[in-house]
Amino acid sequence: MELIYEKSQAGRRGIGVPQPPDGLDVPDVPAELRRKEPPRLPELAEPEVLRHFTQLSTRNFGIDTGFYPLGSCTMKYNPRINERLVGLPGFAQLHPLMEDEAAQGALELEWELEQILLAVTGLDAVSLQPAAGSQGELTGLMLFRAYFAERGEDEQRTNIVIPDTAHGTNPASVTMSGYKLTPVRTDARGNIDVEDLRTKVDEHTAGLMLTNPSTLGLFDENIEEIERIFHGAGALMYYDGANLNAVCGISRPGDMGFDVVHINLHKTFSQPHGGGGPGGGPIAVREILEPFLPVPVVAREGDAFRLDYDRPKSIGKVRAFSGPFGVFVRSYAFMRSYGPGLKEMSEVAVLNANYMLARLKGTYDLPYERLCMHEFVLSARTLKREHGVSALDVAKRLMDYGFHPPTIYFPLVVPEALMIEPTESEAKETLDAFCDALLAIAREAAEEPDTVHSAPHSRPVKRLDEVKAAKDVVVKYRFEDHPQQVGAPKGA
Amino acid sequence: MSYLSVTDADREAMLAAIGVSTVDELFRDIPGGMRFREELAVEPALSEAELQRHFEELAAKNVVDEVCFLGAGIYDHYVPAVVDAVLQRGELLTAYTPYQPEMSQGVLQAIFEYQTAICELTGMDVSNASGYDGTTVAADACFVAKHSTGRAKIVVTEATNPQVRQVVKTYAPGFGLEVVEVPHEGGATDPDRVREAAEDAAAVIFQQPNFFGVLEAAPDLAAAANDAGAMPIAHVDLVSLGLLEAPGAYGCAMAIGEGQSAGNAMSYGGPHYGFLAARSDYMRRLPGRIVGETVDAAGERGYVLTLQTREQHIRREKATSNITTNQTLLALAGLVHLSLLGPQGLRELGETCLALAQHAKTELQKAGLELAFPEKATFKEFAVRTGRNAREALAAARKQGVYAGYPLGRDYPGLDDALLVAVTEKRTVEEIAQLVEALSWS
Repeated sequence: MELIYEKSQAGRRGIGVPQPPDGLDVPDVPAELRRKEPPRLPELAEPEVLRHFTQLSTRNFGIDTGFYPLGSCTMKYNPRINERLVGLPGFAQLHPLMEDEAAQGALELEWELEQILLAVTGLDAVSLQPAAGSQGELTGLMLFRAYFAERGEDEQRTNIVIPDTAHGTNPASVTMSGYKLTPVRTDARGNIDVEDLRTKVDEHTAGLMLTNPSTLGLFDENIEEIERIFHGAGALMYYDGANLNAVCGISRPGDMGFDVVHINLHKTFSQPHGGGGPGGGPIAVREILEPFLPVPVVAREGDAFRLDYDRPKSIGKVRAFSGPFGVFVRSYAFMRSYGPGLKEMSEVAVLNANYMLARLKGTYDLPYERLCMHEFVLSARTLKREHGVSALDVAKRLMDYGFHPPTIYFPLVVPEALMIEPTESEAKETLDAFCDALLAIAREAAEEPDTVHSAPHSRPVKRLDEVKAAKDVVVKYRFEDHPQQVGAPKGA
Repeated sequence: MSYLSVTDADREAMLAAIGVSTVDELFRDIPGGMRFREELAVEPALSEAELQRHFEELAAKNVVDEVCFLGAGIYDHYVPAVVDAVLQRGELLTAYTPYQPEMSQGVLQAIFEYQTAICELTGMDVSNASGYDGTTVAADACFVAKHSTGRAKIVVTEATNPQVRQVVKTYAPGFGLEVVEVPHEGGATDPDRVREAAEDAAAVIFQQPNFFGVLEAAPDLAAAANDAGAMPIAHVDLVSLGLLEAPGAYGCAMAIGEGQSAGNAMSYGGPHYGFLAARSDYMRRLPGRIVGETVDAAGERGYVLTLQTREQHIRREKATSNITTNQTLLALAGLVHLSLLGPQGLRELGETCLALAQHAKTELQKAGLELAFPEKATFKEFAVRTGRNAREALAAARKQGVYAGYPLGRDYPGLDDALLVAVTEKRTVEEIAQLVEALSWS
């Protein structure tokens, strides 16, 4: 399909702009600061702009389109009411630097959201500021540093322990916060290898980062011992809340011993993922870390709310304002729709995942023979060995059955991994149809492997060459290769 | 629960297939002491109608009916209806990061078009798919600068948005960076002071127009940084770039900024998007997603996420950033708005802001108020002295239905009497008259 720049015709306009009223001159911009060449933005009339993006949407697949079991991403239903609420003028038109007195509704909403996050996490204080889970991680590690600096242990405690199943964000956050990474192995049941761990935690350890349930979809059965090891060494524990959808109302990270938790609002508490965002990554912390939280924090005095900037021990700011407010509106709406039923949400997510696991484990390899939590990881190792059909091939073939593929090749400890997360949103019929498709693909791998190798067959494009994209890098439209497209009518 | 499909019959059938008798048994791996056995202490569930009412009540407690002259980084620009219409397409709204390109050509092509628009506006070679906001992209740029130059100092002008400076300072210790600020002189930055400070610096970050709305001698600031071997990084407003020179045209290494002005409601500060663009030399060090062109198995053009060896899911602790979820939906809003404007519309939008802001300056001066930086050319924002504490002036103006601006004393102790006033294309001559009356009233 043509790029919008290729549909452009000189002189066309999509939307008018208010003109300066009669008699008002436009002042001159000093010549040395004035733009010389106009930017080559598209020139289309409004109907063509709308049609272009509508066409693009038909070449995309979202949860509204169908099942999207992308492991670790918690692709659940996005209630449409939430979109209406975020657009209420009292929210959408509110400037973030208004005096607190003029933003009481927004501050009350933020405060109420924090109360629910405290109930779910079992911790003592919240900062809503981080813009996504990975920024929550970084913020949490900054809090670690501030805490140890106050205790005079900052120079000594240099290492963060992370299991080999962790999301890539965890080690990346460790580097960005100036810590060093200490990896720890996974044992034969998919838990942290406690014997390996004992050799790695000492007076140089600042803390642990753990996703629990892990990226394998397994709850760490050794968590009590892990807690003793870290807190016994004077270190702190960070909970990566990527998989919180498994345990709302069932088990609280605070009760597991964690000192900081980030909550991916866009996963557990539903946001439109928008092709890659927005997200929200608030952190909840134990009381000992509360003085170091980013500014501002929401404070309540009676029925009045204000933003408190007067926090001398704060690490500073990790994002502008108090955080991505529209994300808060949607997640708070989602939480209020469920109420205490958030527990049932997690139960159904776990039920759905275990049901699919039960249907599939005879056909695909199951690396850890256990019940799963809200997601599970299978391996296409046998298919690959016997029929040359890889996890990638399986994923591409699933598209022909009308499904978005699961996450593949992650976690790294499982070869040919297929990481499947159904969420609570899906009906049993959908789960069955997806399982039927995976079972059918396993048969196809034996009987007609070429069909699988060459998939997808039903999408707007065939399989794309990612190696070429990284080698012959083209990351913007090359106007110079298409001189006829811009600034002159086609065919001229 | 209306968002759940499961029936009692489904539950029985599924438990039987799993081989357990209760849902509770599914959680048997959680040690008993860590099971939460109470009911969650949250309010009862609301129906959709009740939810609507509750949120309308909360929204009504916010003040949005005063005439808005408040800016300071977030602006009351008009958002076209077509932006909303595009964003409500479920295929775009409810998709995630396009890891599987054959399912995601719509979003991938849109990001490619967005990257193109950002490169055109900033005069850069490569743009990422978006960062969190206009503050975090500055921290990202510092990381690029440190690893590109091997230097450990960042220079930021004091006339750069205070929140941008705060975020840079919060990130800096983890990056092993020291942050040095260059004070403004009369509302603008002296290139010679930048040249001095930039010695041994990885980068110089400045804002154009700066936080006071003043047009900096940006080419001179960039030259001063380049002279010292530091990367000039311009923090710019997309809406200004129909009129103002592209940072790439005056020697900047990178251009960053807050994208809210293009396509996004103010929404109490987010979610919006930060843009980050650079010269091609820095392409392999950029943080965030980047979309590239390729071909499919039939040789047809298509788009994929590319240069992923920079990213956390491949490189882990050696990645250029930890970012994964970004702000694609908001960046898409920006692309749609810019596509509706086109080059002519963007220039006119800038001219209208410029003309109205100039008119406001003139009228305020006629009414006896002084500008904080009267000699300086400005764009859509300027600082005016109110003759008393600016917060008092603000409170008085609000009584007349005018939210007159941002009290600069919050960040600049010498400017306690100054309000930063923003004038967008949505303001009218009549509203400007109201502003003048509200500020000259005493």
